[in-house]
Amino acid sequence: MLKRIILALAIAGGPVSAAELIGDADKGEIVFRKCSGCHEVGVSARNRIGPELNRIFGRRVAAEKDGFFYSKGLARMGADGLVWEFKTLDAYLENPKALVTGTRMNFSGLKDPQDRADVLAYLRQFSDMPQNIPESSPTARAREVELPPEVLALVGDPEYGEYLANECQTCHQVDGSNDGIPAIIGWPAEDFVIAMHAYKQKIRPHPVMQMMAGRLTEEEIAALAAYFNGLE
Amino acid sequence: MTLNRRAFIGTGIATAAALNAPMVMGQAKPRVVVIGGGAGGATAARYIAKDSKGAVEVTLVAANPIYTTCFFSNLYIGGFREFESLQHGYDKLAATGVTVINDLATGVDRAAKTVTLAGGQVLPYDRLVLSPGIDFRDGSVPGWSVDAHAEIMPHAYEAGPQTQLLKAQIEAMPQGGTFAMIAPPNPYRCPPGPYERISMVASLLSQKNPTAKILLVDPKEKFSKQGLFEDGWSRHYPGMIERVGPDFGGDKVEVRPDTMEVVIDGSAQKVDVCNVIPGQMAGKIAQIAGVTDEKGWAPVLPDSMKSKMDENVFVLGDSSAQGDMPKSGFSANSQAKVAAMAIRGELTGSKVFPAKYSNTCWSLLAADDGVKVGASYEPTPEKIASTSTFISKNGEDAGLRKQTYEESVGWYEGITADIFG
Repeated sequence: MLKRIILALAIAGGPVSAAELIGDADKGEIVFRKCSGCHEVGVSARNRIGPELNRIFGRRVAAEKDGFFYSKGLARMGADGLVWEFKTLDAYLENPKALVTGTRMNFSGLKDPQDRADVLAYLRQFSDMPQNIPESSPTARAREVELPPEVLALVGDPEYGEYLANECQTCHQVDGSNDGIPAIIGWPAEDFVIAMHAYKQKIRPHPVMQMMAGRLTEEEIAALAAYFNGLE
Repeated sequence: MTLNRRAFIGTGIATAAALNAPMVMGQAKPRVVVIGGGAGGATAARYIAKDSKGAVEVTLVAANPIYTTCFFSNLYIGGFREFESLQHGYDKLAATGVTVINDLATGVDRAAKTVTLAGGQVLPYDRLVLSPGIDFRDGSVPGWSVDAHAEIMPHAYEAGPQTQLLKAQIEAMPQGGTFAMIAPPNPYRCPPGPYERISMVASLLSQKNPTAKILLVDPKEKFSKQGLFEDGWSRHYPGMIERVGPDFGGDKVEVRPDTMEVVIDGSAQKVDVCNVIPGQMAGKIAQIAGVTDEKGWAPVLPDSMKSKMDENVFVLGDSSAQGDMPKSGFSANSQAKVAAMAIRGELTGSKVFPAKYSNTCWSLLAADDGVKVGASYEPTPEKIASTSTFISKNGEDAGLRKQTYEESVGWYEGITADIFG
């Protein structure tokens, strides 16, 4: 079997001329065994425990027409405008519950970036390719998405977090109500930090949250995470 | 992964207050009086009481035992909410330790630092918070005054019986009749409010009275979310709404309540319901307290909402002149939290963090068709300045619009819990 290598144009944050390998599809086929208990991909793929994954690149998250019953969290993200492409799939596979709070995908995530790149290179073969559809969205890795460990390791000041949280509580209720506006109390601090940075970097699509997170510093996000983590 | 543990350093955090000794140390508890039981006043009272844990004595003076929110009152007019769902009591605030007095404040003596109530009670304060909402400018719409004509041509711009009256009038309109609105000049409470109301009246009429007409007389060339509203009106209510802007005399309007006529640039037209939303200024007690300027609003310092006229007085919400923030319940709630922190810092020496403000306004165009506009704000030396903004776009799919509406319902539950406990 020919070794298949997927080339993709690097656009986000880099020179357009720099093509980048997004992973090794053959290795990805092996990694995909972790997924195949729930997901099918290929000619006769059907929705099973999870949705089928043909043409996943460029698909609107939780698109209604595909007939799969999605969690409230995924449906909300889809309505907000989240589209599956390299950087969103990469973030989702790293930690599904950090990108989409309340997803039913019961998978702890692929921590190794190479595993994620490989499995996405494999899945990429069942979607439209940039080579054959020039206008399709770029699937190059967006490096600015990754959080350096020192950002994750920041220890927040809960007192400052409590003040900053006043602003969150105009919409998010401290009793954990979850209608129309999601609940945010009791999250593990790291999930909270990743989610807020995903809004800050506009990976998560919601405009109010992009605006709120956009002006928070790394320390302020850590402070909020420390405060909300302490609420039951 | 190597954990590079870093201690949090409060860069940029104002530490001055923490260094100052508390002002009234060793005396009786410091006293804060809050006038106004809406989004600004109730939030400020609740946050000061809650966060000072009993170290500050907080008294809230609210005109009525039940507060009816102006925000979402258009949805009641449109039939999307029950009137009772807009009403909130002060029981939970009282349980937080706030002394709630249902009375009208009629006087402020800033030299003696006392507030006088209509019932004769005199309340001494160390800090006074004024959040009295709006007052109407008589004469801004010739032929109309609030005392003489609000029962005939309601303003419905302070929620309560006026809102119910307006809805009843609309429901009693003859088939094919005309609803008129006189929109207010800038600045006024809730910039998208009049136009959301037009949408809700159109929604109600298109079900009960589909041949009725809506006449919107507007002194302003442009208005908030204009593109979104006009797109929604043409999609949901084609041919029903006519807007007369200043280029066609919308700024030269008078009304004749006795004959139910609207006169635009000299030409009279008979209407069945007329909603007059007049020009506005700071609530009356802010005028009485003498903290307003020649334009009728109360200028405040951008980093604390403290009056520029008196260091012991803070003015919140619609009454304040602060810069770029719209006059909205969300803004008042946001400003109240900054002021509460500043007041606690001054009175108890608690830490004061840098002020951050924000606002989002949702509007409903029709069933399940919600839109929003919002911004974040930070203080500059001159004013509260907008730092980033967003707005819904025309052409968004129905799923997103429905979600935006559901989000607004969630927001209403969230902010009313934040205001009233």
